[in-house]
Amino acid sequence: MDVVVLSKVQFAVTVGYHFLFVPLSIGLGLVLVLAERRFYKSGSAEDKAASDFWIKLFTATFAVGVATGIAMEFAFGTNWATYSRFVGDIFGAPLAAEGLFAFFLESTFLAVLLFGRSRVSKKFYYTSTWLVWGGSMLSALWIIIANSWMQTPAGYKIVGEGLTRKAELTNFFAAGFNPSTLPRYAHTIDAVLMVGGFVAIALAAYYLRRGVHTGFARKTMTTGIAIATVTTVLMLPIGHWQAVNVVTNQPSKVAAFEGHWNDGPMSLGLIGYIDEASGKTVSLAIPGGVNLLVGDFAGTKSFPGLNSFAPADRPPLQITYQTYHLMILLWGVMLVLVLAAWLLNKRGKLQGSKRLLGLLVWSPILPMLSIQLGWAAAEVGRQPWIVWGELRTIDAISKAVPAGEILTTLVLFVLFYTVIYIAWGRIVIGMIKKGPALPEGVE
Amino acid sequence: MGLGEIWFVLVGVLLAGYAIFDGFDLGVGVLYPFLGKSEADKAEMRMSVGPLWDGNEVWLLTGGGALFAAFPAVYATVFSGFYIALMLLLFSLIFRAASLEFRHRDPAWAKLWDWSFFLGSAIPSLLFGVAVGNIIRGLPLTAEGEFITGGGAPIFLGNLLTALNPYAIVIGLLSVAWIVLHGSTWLSLKATGNLYERAKVVRRTASIAYATLLVVSAAATAILVPDAFANGISGPAGWLFALLAVAGTALVFVGASKDADRTSFYGSALAGASMVGIWAASIFPALVPSLGPGEALTIANSQSSQLTLTVMLIIAAIGVPLVLFYFYLIYKTYAGRIPTSSAEDGSY
Repeated sequence: MDVVVLSKVQFAVTVGYHFLFVPLSIGLGLVLVLAERRFYKSGSAEDKAASDFWIKLFTATFAVGVATGIAMEFAFGTNWATYSRFVGDIFGAPLAAEGLFAFFLESTFLAVLLFGRSRVSKKFYYTSTWLVWGGSMLSALWIIIANSWMQTPAGYKIVGEGLTRKAELTNFFAAGFNPSTLPRYAHTIDAVLMVGGFVAIALAAYYLRRGVHTGFARKTMTTGIAIATVTTVLMLPIGHWQAVNVVTNQPSKVAAFEGHWNDGPMSLGLIGYIDEASGKTVSLAIPGGVNLLVGDFAGTKSFPGLNSFAPADRPPLQITYQTYHLMILLWGVMLVLVLAAWLLNKRGKLQGSKRLLGLLVWSPILPMLSIQLGWAAAEVGRQPWIVWGELRTIDAISKAVPAGEILTTLVLFVLFYTVIYIAWGRIVIGMIKKGPALPEGVE
Repeated sequence: MGLGEIWFVLVGVLLAGYAIFDGFDLGVGVLYPFLGKSEADKAEMRMSVGPLWDGNEVWLLTGGGALFAAFPAVYATVFSGFYIALMLLLFSLIFRAASLEFRHRDPAWAKLWDWSFFLGSAIPSLLFGVAVGNIIRGLPLTAEGEFITGGGAPIFLGNLLTALNPYAIVIGLLSVAWIVLHGSTWLSLKATGNLYERAKVVRRTASIAYATLLVVSAAATAILVPDAFANGISGPAGWLFALLAVAGTALVFVGASKDADRTSFYGSALAGASMVGIWAASIFPALVPSLGPGEALTIANSQSSQLTLTVMLIIAAIGVPLVLFYFYLIYKTYAGRIPTSSAEDGSY
């Protein structure tokens, strides 16, 4: 295998793994803030036990996010040296800022959460939950800024030629708030908060089915349903905002998302597949649907089709198409599920509905999978570019690193990450089985 | 002094911060199997760094980010050139992080986490020194500033043979000795009972080993890398840092002889920061000296644009005071020796 493929696979594996723990951390962070807020207000032993329980789950998960995040910080230099030279003038600043503004904040106040309950005031402790959660959202902002610049670069000029060709910053705010930063940040944050909501729901459903910690479970269920309902419904306008951004700024990507071959109005597909050999898309679709979504109600606007792009300038079509549509389908499933849970819970019938509870126990898989699919669609759909329109992924690798070394580290990453995943899973399952250490007589 | 020079100094400050702060928790990890005789000792050792190591490690991440932003070519060349070493460092830090967070919650896998804490600390301690030694010595660079690898040699061999030269090994040993010393002065400050007594014994031995290696390293630099040595003593900065390194070492000795544990900890911290200064003075104005055929990567030929360096300076002016405030808060919260009860119940 060649260096480009191996570098891509290694990046996908390490970032995909890291991005299992990041959504869990940020999502659980919100649940934790709410739990600690309840305790801060009530001061009851019961609420303290509940908050302590979330802190344990949160910190164990956060730790894996931190550990696997170091790999990402180094990955640009180790495996994408040519890319790093090309974008360093712009891309390095958000990474450094993330360290300075977010990582120091998170790590300091995480330490308070871990060991500080008896050392600091109640208010300091409560504030720390906000700061850790806020820090993690700030961290996400810097990373989205960096990644969005790769999707829709702005505020720069190209200097030099050949091997010394690189992007140079001309306007910091234009680069930072490039056209896709805000919609992509909103889309990502809403998605990771959905994870938090569904995890709370799942945990509550697990306890309710078993008839243990039922008081804690009922409160958690209400919180989880509130978070999940709001974020899942909000995803409709936010997802729309992000889709319009892609239609506007990345025509070849949206053509792949919809399997749009010929110039003209674009259909909005629900499900289907791309037949690359014959250059056709077979799908269940609304003709001209994309035109409606971008406000062209006459349906006359023409979008460039895949045939207008040379094959070398198109992303891998099938993966881009399928990941994008699966993400949306899963959103539909989550919407139905969370609305059903909301309705039954409102009527007080959820606790008796064993079948729905059984489904809800597994429900966090949906937002987690959806997030992975969405990232795959965004990043695979960006191909063949690593920086949209400016630098091809194939030209961005580290020339000093031979394929054999990357293959070796890739195998080790998979091996080591599996060990850590199993360790984390055992510890977290142990915590969940044990449940919150509620005072005697409280369920 | 231009923006490039300012950022050369600031990256150095971040790395010195990393040395001072993460140095002691790495040292505790290296000493972990040797001083942690009982389960309670081990818990006490982990507890001494438990709330702090994560923030300490952020100095490295921020230093790496600042290097990327201010000198992209250096970040790219060094990180890809030292690929295997960097990956080894990465795997070490990943397992180390997992061990510190999981160990007290996971008695069933205690062995794995104990080994992870030790190796995850010992391997980076050696690697940092070997990397610095190689950079002082210079790297084989192409005309484009790329690192030349083994040139078709079997995997690892090219890089490893280049990296493991006598000079780099001496600096690697110096790094391990200092980290052990810094870990022992920290433990002398934090531990109680038997562990405190044992930490003091290590502190005495390690201070002698470190002082010896400091002299050996200076001599090795003068003999094996005369250019870097001459460059280092050509200006006042090199002399100043050398003097501070000696002063720091002297403080360790004075503190150790009087059981003034705070003094000896400040001494080892000063010595560590000064060594980063000596390193910087010996290569300035290069960041990566070259063994040829290409030219060295210097401040002039690898710095980012003036706009980026200015923006970064504003970011640093806002961010660094915040960081210092966080560190003040957290070190104040966890000041004092480890409460004896904490070993059992996991509360600090």
